[in-house]
Amino acid sequence: MVLELQKPRPIWQIMFSTHHTDVGLLYLIMSLGFLFLGGALALAIRAELFLPGAQIIGDAMTFNRIFTVHGTTLIFLFIIPFASAVGNYFVPIMVRYKDMAYPKLNAIAFWMIPPSGALIWLGFADFTWYATPPYSIISAPGPAADMWIFGLKILGVSSVLGAINFVVTILKCKHPDMSIGQVPLLAWSFLSSSLIILVAIPTFAAALLMLLTDRLGVTGFFNPAMGGDPIAYAHLFWFTFHPEVYVLVIPAIGMMYEIIPRFSRKPIYSFNSGIFAFVLLSIVGFSSWAHHMYATGMSFTEKTVFMVGTLAAVPASAMHVYNFIATMWNGRIKFATPMMWAVGGIALFFSAGAGGVANAAMPLDFTTHDTYWVVGHFHLFVMGTIAFGSIGYLYYMYPYVTGRMYNEAMGKIHFILSFIGTILVFFTQHVLGLYGMPRRIFDYPPIPEWIAMNQIASIGAMIIGVSMVIFLVNMIYSAGKGEPANPEDPFGVGGKYYYPFEAKNPSH
Amino acid sequence: MGGHSNWPEWIYVGVVVAIMCWVGAEAWEAERLVEHVPEGAEIIKVTGQQWFWTFEHEDGTKEIGELHVEKGKAYKFEIHSTDVNHSFNIHDYVVLMDAIPGRVNTVWFAPTDVGEHDIQCREYCGLIHYNMRGTLIVEEPHS
Ligand code: HEM
Ligand SMILES: [Cu+2]
Ligand SMILES: [Cu+2]
Repeated sequence: MVLELQKPRPIWQIMFSTHHTDVGLLYLIMSLGFLFLGGALALAIRAELFLPGAQIIGDAMTFNRIFTVHGTTLIFLFIIPFASAVGNYFVPIMVRYKDMAYPKLNAIAFWMIPPSGALIWLGFADFTWYATPPYSIISAPGPAADMWIFGLKILGVSSVLGAINFVVTILKCKHPDMSIGQVPLLAWSFLSSSLIILVAIPTFAAALLMLLTDRLGVTGFFNPAMGGDPIAYAHLFWFTFHPEVYVLVIPAIGMMYEIIPRFSRKPIYSFNSGIFAFVLLSIVGFSSWAHHMYATGMSFTEKTVFMVGTLAAVPASAMHVYNFIATMWNGRIKFATPMMWAVGGIALFFSAGAGGVANAAMPLDFTTHDTYWVVGHFHLFVMGTIAFGSIGYLYYMYPYVTGRMYNEAMGKIHFILSFIGTILVFFTQHVLGLYGMPRRIFDYPPIPEWIAMNQIASIGAMIIGVSMVIFLVNMIYSAGKGEPANPEDPFGVGGKYYYPFEAKNPSH
Repeated sequence: MGGHSNWPEWIYVGVVVAIMCWVGAEAWEAERLVEHVPEGAEIIKVTGQQWFWTFEHEDGTKEIGELHVEKGKAYKFEIHSTDVNHSFNIHDYVVLMDAIPGRVNTVWFAPTDVGEHDIQCREYCGLIHYNMRGTLIVEEPHS
């Protein structure tokens, strides 16, 4: 049996293990820890913005540090490690191999993350998640800024190591009887996102080093006072991070591909269009990075090129939505907790994409850029789609990880509150953007529309906060006291799961 | 995974592609018109610095935090920064352009009504970014 929490083991045995399910468990627990830490910062931000004037956060600098660490934490220390947790648990099983291709490398990639997390949290930098020069060079206080740079540097290396491991595991270690076309879509999602990482990350890794030497004053790559160009940084950053948004979302879509057919009790509508859309997205995702830079003074031609590149990626995302709906169509759907999260996530994915199209259309972007609209836009992805898919999948793998069932009623309440909260926060933020409220502001003038929208958003955030407490209680309580799960069919929907309850963990 | 026909999916993808083409074409056309600066637009030099805006008119008069313009005239902003990146924004007139040290970016507008509008900074620039605000005052034509 591979049910980690079933049989008590000394904690160091898990910590020093290189077995994929143990490393998966480490990733899982750490990423959830950061979810709650980062979420707490979000609640502080929303409490502060409930009314104009200083509320609970005394000064602007603290506020700026809080939103910087909030974003950095949830993207790099929750979303990405959570996907690695899922990949570690499931990819080897799906390709029918005994472990990841390089188990030691796998453990090393994991253990690089806690030190980076510590650097980011102990430093508490203030220069936003994209550390734009020249602010980040001449103005951002150290050592926080430098610690953030080192933290991200280490995270980048960890990502690359993890990506190499997934690519090799899937392409080289899959069972000889299996063709690549038989590899399940969840594993395909890891293959696609890992390939994106390998192409995208080195650019930012270089930019980070240049930023560091600029800060030290020995170079002036991005420092106009030394003849450098801050726009060069923007290109390097977004060349990595637009593709990176697909790195974030593709595994979550993969998780939905596991959940939706299972709970619809039907095979996936089109396996091939799922693969096609993943691969297409991974390639076209590289053609749109400068849609973040329309207002930097790009020429009309440049803007047009990047708008077309952005719009070109939309059909691939739309194909996933179609695939999900066609799979559910006429299915005998069981709305267990994981299914509710997945379906909610798809609905929000769709709304998020629609907002993205508006950003991409150049004249409209001058209304939305760097306002709360953008905050709403990407949170519908990172929270509404990616966190929803991930949390749904966490409920789905819960019986596999703990050997017990979570409490279904609490799971559903968690979903309903989070869904309502997400709509309240992030739809209203789109409206706030249209009213012109800039993002990243500690305080705002008492404009009645702004106050009203901010209050709705803050209430929504508190609702999400409450739901997350229910979630935490459910996870902890059920791990010890939940009903024992039926390992072959924990959700009573029949069919074949990728739960290798017979798989061997050598340390059991 | 055979068994079902694929034509509804093709139609769906076709519709999405068509919508994207339409959005792209409309955006291209609109942006092309918006970027065309009218003849004889008056130049206003805009300087962003931590954390206030300075304006310099063609006749050399300077203003800080407030910008007086005349209704019905066209103005071209030449925007730059002396320290870090900022973004010059008059939301009511959809004026938005980054102020970047070492560069001059331009954008134009023509106020249509007498009144006051907020000017703000829309790119994070540090401690007082939240209050890097100003006022646009549109007046009746002087002459
Ligand atoms: C697939 C998941 C997606 C994620 C995770 C995502 C994430 C993000 C993030 C984080 C930002 C803001 C970056 C920042 O300024 O801090 C952003 C902005 C933007 N996104 Fe997305 N996005 C996704 C999909 C899309 C799609 C499908 C489109 C277009 C069809 C799109 C178009 C844009 C545009 C144009 C901006 C720039 C907005 C601006 O700053 O003015 N995004 N996105
Ligand atoms: Cu992007
Ligand atoms: Cu600013």
